[in-house]
Amino acid sequence: MAMDWQEIVSRALARDIRAVSRLISIVEDRRSGFEAAYAAIYPRTGKAHVIGITGPPGSGKSTLVDKMAAEYRGRGKTVGIVAVDPTSPFTGGALLGDRLRMQRHSLDDGVFIRSMGTRGHLGGVARATSGVVDVLDAAGYDYVLIETVGVGQSEVEIASLADTVALVQVPGLGDDIQVIKAGVMEIGDVFVVNKKDRPGVQRVVAEIRMALDLAGNASGRGRASLGHHGPAVAAGATVVTEVTAWSPPILQTMAESGEGVAEVCDMCDAHLCRLAEDGVLVERRLRRAKSETMQIASDLIWRGLADDPRALEAAEGLARKVACREIDPYSAGRSLRELIVS
Amino acid sequence: MDEGRKIRVLVAKPGLDGHDRGAKVVARALRDAGMEVIYTGLRQTPEQIVAAAIQEDVDVVAMSILSGAHNYLFPRVMQLLRERGVDDVLVVGGGIIPDEDIPGLKECGIAEIFTPGASTADTVKFIRENVHR
Repeated sequence: MAMDWQEIVSRALARDIRAVSRLISIVEDRRSGFEAAYAAIYPRTGKAHVIGITGPPGSGKSTLVDKMAAEYRGRGKTVGIVAVDPTSPFTGGALLGDRLRMQRHSLDDGVFIRSMGTRGHLGGVARATSGVVDVLDAAGYDYVLIETVGVGQSEVEIASLADTVALVQVPGLGDDIQVIKAGVMEIGDVFVVNKKDRPGVQRVVAEIRMALDLAGNASGRGRASLGHHGPAVAAGATVVTEVTAWSPPILQTMAESGEGVAEVCDMCDAHLCRLAEDGVLVERRLRRAKSETMQIASDLIWRGLADDPRALEAAEGLARKVACREIDPYSAGRSLRELIVS
Repeated sequence: MDEGRKIRVLVAKPGLDGHDRGAKVVARALRDAGMEVIYTGLRQTPEQIVAAAIQEDVDVVAMSILSGAHNYLFPRVMQLLRERGVDDVLVVGGGIIPDEDIPGLKECGIAEIFTPGASTADTVKFIRENVHR
């Protein structure tokens, strides 16, 4: 498809499928012209309801996303889906298999499904996921559903990308200490206990309820706002307390049959309304904009370092001094930073 | 500054046969060769395969057929790709395909056919050397 980026952008904004798809590749691969293309679509973003679906591997996220897309389509809405699976840290390859459970939507022009590899990014999504979400948002999809990789305990980046996070749990994964541990349990806006026909479902529900009660949700709760956490930056998450009357519901589903999925959609919608009324949505989106901006600045600084032969040479020299204990790594890092900034 | 370009491959099973062992072996081999492989699963129509190829913006479509319907399904996929204006995707096929059918399939635009006994290394090499970039 030999089109320049201006043509791709204007067609993508009119939801031409091939142009949307190509624009996603441009953003994902940071192909030449991507910054200009991104700048051109950005003013058209911010209209979609972005919902993150996260949970452990095999908990039914893909199936839930498939059924939620069907439910929203039934309500006359359009849906973009970004499905993230892990990239091998050894070969750089990836097997992206989430689409397998969503293929029945492939002939529906109101659903756009895109698979992504994490390409070395940790945190449950890819570095470019937010950009891909923005393309789908600008193309006019009413909902953008992000399916994270199967997460363990600490992959919480989805909280800074999505307006609403649905955390999927299943019976039989661990005892009640698991749910009061820090991490993913803190980011759920809607809790989904899937595979509700399995033994132990009531216990999981009770454990989540206990964890939520302990967190004191009725009066506003702490939510980890991911500040900047790029490769070159130490983890700097700050805790913010959102004052909202939202109390995360715990829903039971059988995603395979579709049972309970309509309620999940209802609750995601209700969550967005509540956040908007309480003014929290604006805060969340502001935090997202801030973390994105900080991340890009940190990427640019890092790249400035990696691409600058003078800086690399200096880094080499400083590393030698650190290795033989002449100076400590913090002092070395500081000198290097001064060199780049000047 | 094309930093992150990877070869993206759609591995698809058109038609009604239910055997995807071979497709999975190929998917795994391409993954291990550093490619991003999107696996669509069994019993896909040509329309579904082409829609997925477009949404995923793949460089390669790799199809496996064991049912004997290759002379209908492969050309149908090529026709739909052409109708949608997709001319920059490398299409390869595999499966139990008689030698005498291969020239006809190549004529309709399938770049290569891999039959039983073909090594996955050859498939990887062929894709790397022929992908349209």
